Amino acid sequence: MLLIPCPWCGPREEGEFAPGGEGHIRRPEPQAASDQDWAEYLYYRTNPKGLHFERWVHAAGCRRWFNVARDTVTHEIRAVYKMSENRPEGL
Amino acid sequence: MARYSIFSLARHALRHHEDWPRAWRDPQPKPAYDVVIVGGGGHGLATAYYLAKNHGISNVAVLEKGWLGGGNTGRNTTIVRSNYLLPANARFYEHSLKLWEGLSRELNYNVMFSQRGVLNLAHSDAQMDAYARRGNAMRLNGIDAVLLDRDGVRDMVPQLDFSAAARFPIRGGLLQPRGGTARHDAVAWGFARAADARGVDIIQNCEVTGILREGDRVTGVETTRGTIRAGKIGLAVAGHTGHVAAMAGLRLPIESHLLQAAVSEPLKPLLDTVVTSGAAHVYVSQSDKGELVFGGDLDFYNSYAQRGNLPAIASFTTALIALFPGFGRLRLMRHWGGVMDMTMDGSPIIGKTPLRNFYIDGGWCYGGFKATPGSGWVFAHTIANDAPHPLNEAFSLERFASGHVIDERGAGPVPGAH
Repeated sequence: MLLIPCPWCGPREEGEFAPGGEGHIRRPEPQAASDQDWAEYLYYRTNPKGLHFERWVHAAGCRRWFNVARDTVTHEIRAVYKMSENRPEGL
Repeated sequence: MARYSIFSLARHALRHHEDWPRAWRDPQPKPAYDVVIVGGGGHGLATAYYLAKNHGISNVAVLEKGWLGGGNTGRNTTIVRSNYLLPANARFYEHSLKLWEGLSRELNYNVMFSQRGVLNLAHSDAQMDAYARRGNAMRLNGIDAVLLDRDGVRDMVPQLDFSAAARFPIRGGLLQPRGGTARHDAVAWGFARAADARGVDIIQNCEVTGILREGDRVTGVETTRGTIRAGKIGLAVAGHTGHVAAMAGLRLPIESHLLQAAVSEPLKPLLDTVVTSGAAHVYVSQSDKGELVFGGDLDFYNSYAQRGNLPAIASFTTALIALFPGFGRLRLMRHWGGVMDMTMDGSPIIGKTPLRNFYIDGGWCYGGFKATPGSGWVFAHTIANDAPHPLNEAFSLERFASGHVIDERGAGPVPGAH
């Protein structure tokens, strides 16, 4: 069971949250994007074995989205930060 | 290769089974091979076998970081079926199922393939309509399918909850009689023994740590047992497809996720088919040892941890007991997790990559086991000819850019939805 520290509600159990996949993916400029650019945006993922920057939503709580930096091998949560913030440095 | 038969069994029984020859060699890695297959699970071993048998390429090494079948081959729930709607999936999985039907004889190794049927339960009129459509599509593709009404399901699986208060009322079901289960370890061992007999080197405890590139061409692998040059490299590393491809500088439309399963204490014969419920998110069968083998959804967040977490187990176990109230009295004996390479359309990727001499067989999502012989068969063809076979042409990596995704469930680009 993961204990996820929601930036607004504090630590809550995993069942209250839903994962939203990799974060910080930028939508390409529609007029300039090639088919491959769109494929990368829609389908391609970094999928690291280790530190992963991802989105979660507190679905059964405040219903707000936020970012989590989590290790995909140990499941350790290294940082939690708001949607508008950049990846934390030095993790 | 010493052939197994009733006579060899009797002969060795008289000698108290003390001098069975080893089933495959344990060679040192050579400095170079024509083809290196990364991953010694069912898919990698099947690929090596068909490279040697169908294409005459036997200067092949299969590199396995642990022991044979210790990854997803030994962690799946052993279900084999070809009940697909879309033509590309139907053709490929039906070819695989046909290979399963002759596999024990082909490999001279009992893979314990048991065609006990796979039954998908329908709990609503809409689901019955969807299954009628799927069953018709299957039959048009030459695959067996039988649409059962409520009484038909009750005749097959009377243990289900047919009461008026059932949480998941049984409306009917779609049965594929030729589906079933097989012994997962035996598939790896059988392919290993047969590939070894044709000259393939199977190298265990040999983890790939890097992929050598010259420009847009791959030339070999760095491993924990030294550098091995390769004319061609094929990846069959299941949940680690993204991780190993990244060593060659490739990004893929894949996320790695945790999928769990569990077995109950062993019982006398109770359930003689495979029962699945998409609505309840659970499936169950009974192993030859008598355990109920069951599982359900992913944990839904990216993970390379091969271990379980309680919420998913609680979810599919609750669903199982809702369908089969009697199972609530059983004890859970064991549960485990495996890492799945989930693609964004729910279908595998078998084919070439932007790098020359580098081929991928991955993205198996929930269902790689049933594809084992078919996957090896088409992947061997792809590597040998540097071009896909018609059966895996549609499973190309390019489909994500060209828009020809194979979205069996129509769920869109969400890895967990398949």
